[in-house]
Amino acid sequence: MTRSDVWSHHLPVIDAECAPFWAATRQHRLLIRHCHACGRPHFYPRHYCPHCWSDDCEWRPASGRGRVYSYTVIHHHDAPPFKEMLPYIVALIDLEEGVRLTSSIVEATPDVMHVGMPVEVVYEQITDEVTLPKFRPRL
Amino acid sequence: MLPDRTALQLHQQAAKRALDDAGLTKDDVDGLFSCGEEWSHALQLAEYLGLRPAYVDSTQVGGASWEIFVEHAVGALSAGLCSVALLVYGSTSRSEVRRRGHDGASGARGPAQFEAPYGLTLIGKYALVARRHMHEFGTTRRQLAAVAVAMNRWAQRNPNAFHHGKPLSVDAALQTPLIADPLRRADCCLRTDGGGAVILTTDERARDLRQKPVHVLGTGEAISHLHIAQGEDLTDLAAAQAGRQAMQRAGVGPRDIDVLQTYDAFTIMVLLALEALGFCGRGEGGAFVESGALAPGGQLPTNTDGGALACSHPGTRGVFLLIEATRQLRGECGARQVPQAQLALCNGIGGYVSSCGAVVLGT
Repeated sequence: MTRSDVWSHHLPVIDAECAPFWAATRQHRLLIRHCHACGRPHFYPRHYCPHCWSDDCEWRPASGRGRVYSYTVIHHHDAPPFKEMLPYIVALIDLEEGVRLTSSIVEATPDVMHVGMPVEVVYEQITDEVTLPKFRPRL
Repeated sequence: MLPDRTALQLHQQAAKRALDDAGLTKDDVDGLFSCGEEWSHALQLAEYLGLRPAYVDSTQVGGASWEIFVEHAVGALSAGLCSVALLVYGSTSRSEVRRRGHDGASGARGPAQFEAPYGLTLIGKYALVARRHMHEFGTTRRQLAAVAVAMNRWAQRNPNAFHHGKPLSVDAALQTPLIADPLRRADCCLRTDGGGAVILTTDERARDLRQKPVHVLGTGEAISHLHIAQGEDLTDLAAAQAGRQAMQRAGVGPRDIDVLQTYDAFTIMVLLALEALGFCGRGEGGAFVESGALAPGGQLPTNTDGGALACSHPGTRGVFLLIEATRQLRGECGARQVPQAQLALCNGIGGYVSSCGAVVLGT
């Protein structure tokens, strides 16, 4: 099986609403939606702001810096591609911009992990279409 | 066809237009009536719309659902359970078929695309909750294990429990393999077969029935999010407003409850529930459990059948909470009977600490 086959169940089916996000990650940029009406950011990206329902939102580049809100070390997964990666770290990252996202922690072993750890974005190309934002410890 | 829209976007558009037409705003909406193909439809929709409805109905009975929603909404409004009910629908099923064909091509669609690529398992989501609770309150792995042991002790008094005859100690629980650190196998529910049913009827009708009825004294429900990253504070069971509401409607408080049945798919869920329901202070769940409160002879007999951790877990366990509470109130529980049980609280939790339904039952 090709890399794309193994990943196919788990990769985004890119729709009009989120296409700019994935276009940006291919260029190693992280975009977050901001609302002009209420001034608040949100993630995951929506056409309308979930806080005030305005559609006056725009994409803004994010710093890529944040802190670990929580994390887990996955020791059990039945299916590829994750089965071959065990154990691996999944975390909730609070970005400096004030939104939280789910991602992987790379370039770190479980023993160095802690809640509050500063992290920064890195990019991993999975297919021609999809480049995933991941995070590594920020020194 | 609307090939450049998502189904969720269409829900949003319809909702906004209807509210604008009625002269109402998003903040007026406190009842959400909608259904889709997936069990998670209402959670996904509320999360997407940024709503936190206090009344939700996602009854899925095919094409007649929407008419049924109207009846439910009338009932809910008449009873004062909600004040503005939003009935909303959106679908791109035709565009989907055109795009993908009928073969159901795989992949992570909609908001799931921001979670699925990272291999976060169901247990991993609860592990994130547990880790955060440990960080904020100093909760220990031993305290989590103590939840599993309390449920296991009840199972020893229930011959129908899966773990009957298989006692568990804290030390043994801590020796079980890590599944998603910090959660071990002993922190996770069983996977069993099973089924159950409950009959509800009016007081008047119930008088003529064979069983002396158990009364519904108060109910509550709530939902908060679907994707774990969308939960604002993972240690605060937002959905447990349902439990507080149920007790308020019943005119009782945590100290009045004789027996608690709370959804325990993972040990951490019990700590969150105890704290959110007010049986102990915020962050004190671990110490409360370690004191022996939940086990036989404790101050708050909990999951007296052995719960999801030691009795049964066929996938969704909510009905068993109601059944065990009813049996306790009827005094049918034999070796595990809680003496003079007159008031029970059932606290169902669903999704990824996403939803909660609570029922206060009394004799």
